[in-house]
Amino acid sequence: MLRYILLRIAATVPVMAVVALFVFLLLRLTPGDPAAVIAGDYATAEDIARIREQLGLNDPLPYQFITWIGLLLQGNLGTSIFTNLPVTTLIGQRIEPTLMLALTTIIFSVAVAVPLGAIAAWKAGSLLDRFVMLFSVGGFSVPVFVLGYVLIYLLSMKLQILPVQGYRSPWDGLGPFLAHITLPTLTLSVIFIALIARMTRASAIEVLQEDYVRTAYAKGQNEFTILTRHVLANAAVPIVTVIGIGIALLIGGVVVTESVYNIPGLGRLVLDAVLARDYPIIQGLILFLSFVYIVINLLIDISYAFLDPRIRY
Amino acid sequence: MALAKGTEEEVSVAPSREVGTLGLALANPGVLWGGALLAAMALLAIVGPFFTVDPMALNPIQRLKPPSAEVWFGTDFLGRNVFARVVSGARVSLVVGVSVAIIAIAIGLLLGMVAGYIRALDAPIMRVMDGLMSIPGILLAIALVSLSGATLTTVIVAIVVPEIPRVVRLVRSVVLTVREEPYVEAAIAAGTRTHLVMTRHILPNTIAPLIVQATYICGSAMLLEAILGFLGAGIPPEIPSWGNIMSEGRTYFQISPWIIFWPGILLAATVLAVNVMGDGLRDTLDPRIARSM
Repeated sequence: MLRYILLRIAATVPVMAVVALFVFLLLRLTPGDPAAVIAGDYATAEDIARIREQLGLNDPLPYQFITWIGLLLQGNLGTSIFTNLPVTTLIGQRIEPTLMLALTTIIFSVAVAVPLGAIAAWKAGSLLDRFVMLFSVGGFSVPVFVLGYVLIYLLSMKLQILPVQGYRSPWDGLGPFLAHITLPTLTLSVIFIALIARMTRASAIEVLQEDYVRTAYAKGQNEFTILTRHVLANAAVPIVTVIGIGIALLIGGVVVTESVYNIPGLGRLVLDAVLARDYPIIQGLILFLSFVYIVINLLIDISYAFLDPRIRY
Repeated sequence: MALAKGTEEEVSVAPSREVGTLGLALANPGVLWGGALLAAMALLAIVGPFFTVDPMALNPIQRLKPPSAEVWFGTDFLGRNVFARVVSGARVSLVVGVSVAIIAIAIGLLLGMVAGYIRALDAPIMRVMDGLMSIPGILLAIALVSLSGATLTTVIVAIVVPEIPRVVRLVRSVVLTVREEPYVEAAIAAGTRTHLVMTRHILPNTIAPLIVQATYICGSAMLLEAILGFLGAGIPPEIPSWGNIMSEGRTYFQISPWIIFWPGILLAATVLAVNVMGDGLRDTLDPRIARSM
């Protein structure tokens, strides 16, 4: 078990190295002069030279990479060109709203999607099942931001029951926090619910055909216990896996949702950086969020052993 | 005479077999309705712009007019006709969707065949793909566009890059299964050259899953293009793509929500059509995956 966990942790090292190398080369190998693109349309030759110097683009490539990796290993994700603050500091300032939105979305989506998928599988072919399948196809087709505006239009502008935009920290009172986080959470959850409900349904349908489920029915076990203790417990691994894959979807969705609802999180940080052409911030955030994704999926891999005692390493 | 009749029969048999596969696919309601909606959208995108007013024409007196009999989808903050803009945006969206699907499949097919067939290159290619897959697609696309400047080409490249790993994984898994088949072993034993084994015996097996994958890529590429445009990191703002129209509509959303809703509805309908068609194709072309989903 411990051996497996250590091996699995070791296996993330090459993936992280590839991500780092890729992000490093992104700036250096892009056709054209990235320093000129970052400097903008009205930059003078001196501006471009200054930015090139600041990004260390004048040094030989291997030397650049070694210095860069060295800093990265010390937890240095780079320094913003315009504010001169370390990217890690900027991430620290902006991470709370993003983290809160991600957490409420995961909790809400799982709470809705798992029962929905399980019931759809249990009553396969019923009207509810058709609705769940329709929802899971539709959820993937509606763009996150269009959905966001539809919800703002209906709930904030027409019914006026929720605030239109903004963010309140939960430390300043739970009421305002919930009022502001509800619409973004609903918006972001739709695609996530579609994904998880579909996977729950598919894997529950498979488990429902197992002999031990028939046995449980035969001995007169009540249906709720069969669904939770036998079906969902055995369908857990693919469901948890799809949640892990969905984290990538969630990270992308957060950027868009924060933009729609004017939430000052990491997504806004990226977009402000794009407008200001502050490339070190974009680069630092890509690295940070990719590592978050890798670590979450590592934890999920390790969790298999606890979710399914049959898995032995 | 008898010989001539024989050839005639042969000629008629060959196309009917083709119609057989096509007919089977069309018998699936998803393929039929998704395909029909998509065809309508493609027709609108191709011929529509010839019949609408100029999508760029400014008309400051007619600013932010709600939808009416004269201006079907209303006008935007410069008095431009939203219907004309949405129709010409359909062109951009379909061009991006189709080109991303074709390019991503082509590159992914090549890399996947190499990774699956040439053992020495399998690990390096797949580790690079694992890394690429760990980078959130939207962020990667934003970074690529912001570095190389916003043009239609960079946007297409920026959407292709995050799509490649999935195609490579799919192709590699097909190749790994097929290369153990007796007919491939027989071909190798008979001394068939590597490139012929790959193109004649292995390649045809990847076509069905790739067609299905291509439809999904097309749908997600159209979504990502709109998201990039909406975030202001997409195609240059003067081109009326759906994302750009919606991005411009944000400021005026409280007074003229139709500027966001019309392109949003069309985008959702198009992507839905693509996804429904993809599900239908998956069920008819690839029964193995159909059972597991």
